[in-house]
Amino acid sequence: MTIQFKDESFRGDFTYANSPSNIPRFPFPFPEDEYMYSTNIEPHHAARAGSPFENAFDVDEHYVAEMKDRALVLADDPGRCQALPHMETAGWDFLELVMVSKARDYPDLFKLTMDGDRWHWINKPLQIDDTFTFGDSSTLPCHPMEYIGRQVQGDHAILDQRDGNLWMDAGIITAQADWSLDFDIGMNFFEWHAPVPLAHELGVFQRALKFLLTLPQGQPSRRLNWTLTVNPRLDTSPENYPKWGPDRMTVTPENIGEKVHLRVELQTFWRLPRSNAILFPIRTYLMAMNEVVTQPKWARRIHRVMRDLRPELVEYKGLSRYHPILVEWLSQFDDGAPTSPGIFPD
Amino acid sequence: MSASDHLIPVVVSNVVEVNPIIKRFEFKHVNGDELPAFSGGAHIVVEMLDDGTKRKNPYSLMSSPFERDQYSISVRRDDTGRGGSKFMHEQVQPGMQMKISAPVNLFALDLRARKHLMIAGGIGITPFIAQMAQADKLGVPFELHYAARSVSQAAYMDSLADRFGDHVSCYCDDQGESVDLEMLLSNQPLGTHVYVCGPKGMIERVVETATSLGWPAAHVHFEHFLAPPVGEPFDVHLAKAGIDITVGAEQSLLEAVEASGTPINCMCRGGACGQCETVVVACEGEIMHNDHWLDEEQRAAKQRIMPCVSRFRGKRLELDL
Repeated sequence: MTIQFKDESFRGDFTYANSPSNIPRFPFPFPEDEYMYSTNIEPHHAARAGSPFENAFDVDEHYVAEMKDRALVLADDPGRCQALPHMETAGWDFLELVMVSKARDYPDLFKLTMDGDRWHWINKPLQIDDTFTFGDSSTLPCHPMEYIGRQVQGDHAILDQRDGNLWMDAGIITAQADWSLDFDIGMNFFEWHAPVPLAHELGVFQRALKFLLTLPQGQPSRRLNWTLTVNPRLDTSPENYPKWGPDRMTVTPENIGEKVHLRVELQTFWRLPRSNAILFPIRTYLMAMNEVVTQPKWARRIHRVMRDLRPELVEYKGLSRYHPILVEWLSQFDDGAPTSPGIFPD
Repeated sequence: MSASDHLIPVVVSNVVEVNPIIKRFEFKHVNGDELPAFSGGAHIVVEMLDDGTKRKNPYSLMSSPFERDQYSISVRRDDTGRGGSKFMHEQVQPGMQMKISAPVNLFALDLRARKHLMIAGGIGITPFIAQMAQADKLGVPFELHYAARSVSQAAYMDSLADRFGDHVSCYCDDQGESVDLEMLLSNQPLGTHVYVCGPKGMIERVVETATSLGWPAAHVHFEHFLAPPVGEPFDVHLAKAGIDITVGAEQSLLEAVEASGTPINCMCRGGACGQCETVVVACEGEIMHNDHWLDEEQRAAKQRIMPCVSRFRGKRLELDL
C-alpha cells in the first residue's frame, strides 16, 4: 500500500483534513456510550489490518506535514526537546526501536542496513539518507532522540526508571495537549500527573505505575486518551496558550462541525533494552466533528459521551466554553438506536 | 499475561565448569538470531523440564550487554535447594534446547551516577560482570569489591583482573581478608552509587553502614531477588478456578498454580517485582512471607501473598485466583 502524503497545515490557514478513506481508521476512543477513567491498558499487539494498531509506529497520510510542523515548533522553541545527561543511551534505544520497526513494517518507505555498529538509514518520505555509528552521538547531527524524534509522528517522552518510580528525564514534545516538558522535566510519575482530577482517588496512578515498572521487554502496551481541540492545531502547549486559548471563543453553532476536533492520543509503552527506561510515545490523531459524524455509530456514541461527561472532566479538558452547544449540535445525529460494542465503525 | 509467556527458544552452546560448585551456561538463539539487547544487572528466567516438573528459575546475565549472539549465566549448585541448580548442573548439556524469558532488569545501574561502587559476595558477582562491561563502555568510573570464601571459589576473579585491572579487588575469607565497609563507604566521591549483591547478611551490612554514614537511600542499590525456598507441602483453594491444589515441598506456590493451568501474572519469580501479588480470600494459619514486596502492615493483614516465594502453614488458605 502506498500512502499519499498530504501537504497541509496545522496552524494559520489550517488546511489539515482527513481523506474519506482515512476516516474509518481513526482510533475512536470510546468503546462504550459512557466515559470514565480507567487504566485501560492492553497489549500493543498488531491488530486489525488497516487500523492504527496494525504496526508498532503507525504512519499515515499526515506524516510529512506533521514532521514539518514539528520542525517549525523546534525552530521557535528548542526547549521542546530536552534530554538530561544520563538519557543518551535511552535515545539510542529509541532510535533503534523506531528504525527497526519502520523498516520492517513499511519497507517501501524506510530502509535500515546494519553492518555491525555502522548503520545506513533511508527515510524516503522525508528524503533522508544517512550513515552513522550506532552508539556514537558525534556521528549524528544531534542527540539520537532528536534525530529520530523528527522522523516519527507523535510526541515521545522517555522515562528513566529508578527508586521504584519513573522520571520524565527526556522528551521531544511539540504536539501536546496542554502540558509542558520544560515544566515537567525531571519530575516523577506522581508529580507530573498531580493536576489530573478524580484519577488519584480511584488509585489509577498507583496501579498504572506498578504496571509500568514491570513492563517487560518486547511486550509493549497501549491505551487511548482523548480531549477536544478547536482547529486542527497540534501545538496546544502551555507555552503557546495565547495563540490557541482564544480559539475557544470562536466556536458557534454554525462552525462547530468544522472547528471542534476530537483529539485522540494513542499512547504506547515500551521497555527500552539498554537503558531500562520506558519509551512513551503519545501519537495524536485529529478529526473534525463533521468527519466523526460520517460514521453513524460514532455519531450516536460521541453525543452520549459528551452529554453525560462528568463536570470535573469538562472543566479539566478545557471544554466548558463550548460544551453545551456541542452537545446540542451532536444531538441531531443521535436517533437513540443502540450502538455495537468496541471502537471500530460498523 | 506474564513475561514467561513469551519465551525465547535457545540452544545450550557451551557448559563450562568454573569451579567445583559453579558452572557457566551459554545460550544461543535456536535460529541463530540475535538475542534481545539488555542492560547490566538484568536477569532471565530459565525454564527447566525436569522429569515432568516444570521449573523456572531467574539467573543474572553475566555476558556483555553489547554482545547479542549469546547469553551467559552462572549457576551455583545448591543441593539443599529445590532442585533447579541441581538440574542445571547434572542434566544440562551442550546442544540441548531450552526456553528462556526476555531479559528483565530489577537491578539496573543508576545512569546518573558519577561513579559506580559494586560490592559482590560469592555468586552475586554475576550481574556485576555485565554492569562493568556497560560502565566501561559508557566511560563511567567503577570499582568492584568481591568477597569469596576462598581463592578457588572466587569465580571469574582472574579474568576480571585481566580486563579491569585495579578496578577490581578480591577478598578471600580463608586468607582472613574482608571488605572494610566503613572505610570504603567513607571515601567515595560525591555522586557515587553503591550496589550490593550477595548473601542477605552482606546486603544488610552494606545498607546499614551506608545509612549510618549518611548515604542517601536513593544511592544504595541491592539485588534482592531470591530463589523460592523449599518447605512443607501445603494445600490451597483457588476460589475463581474452584479447585484445590497441593504445593509440593520443592515447588513454589506460583509453580503449583501454573501447573494447574490457572492464569496468574508473574515476572521475576523471586519476590521482588510485585507482578504476582494475589489477594488472600481466607487464611486460617500462617503465611511465610518470603518476598521483598509487601510491607510489614500488609504482611500482618494476611490479605495479600506473593506466590512466587511465599508459603503457608495451617488449616486453610484460599486465594482469589
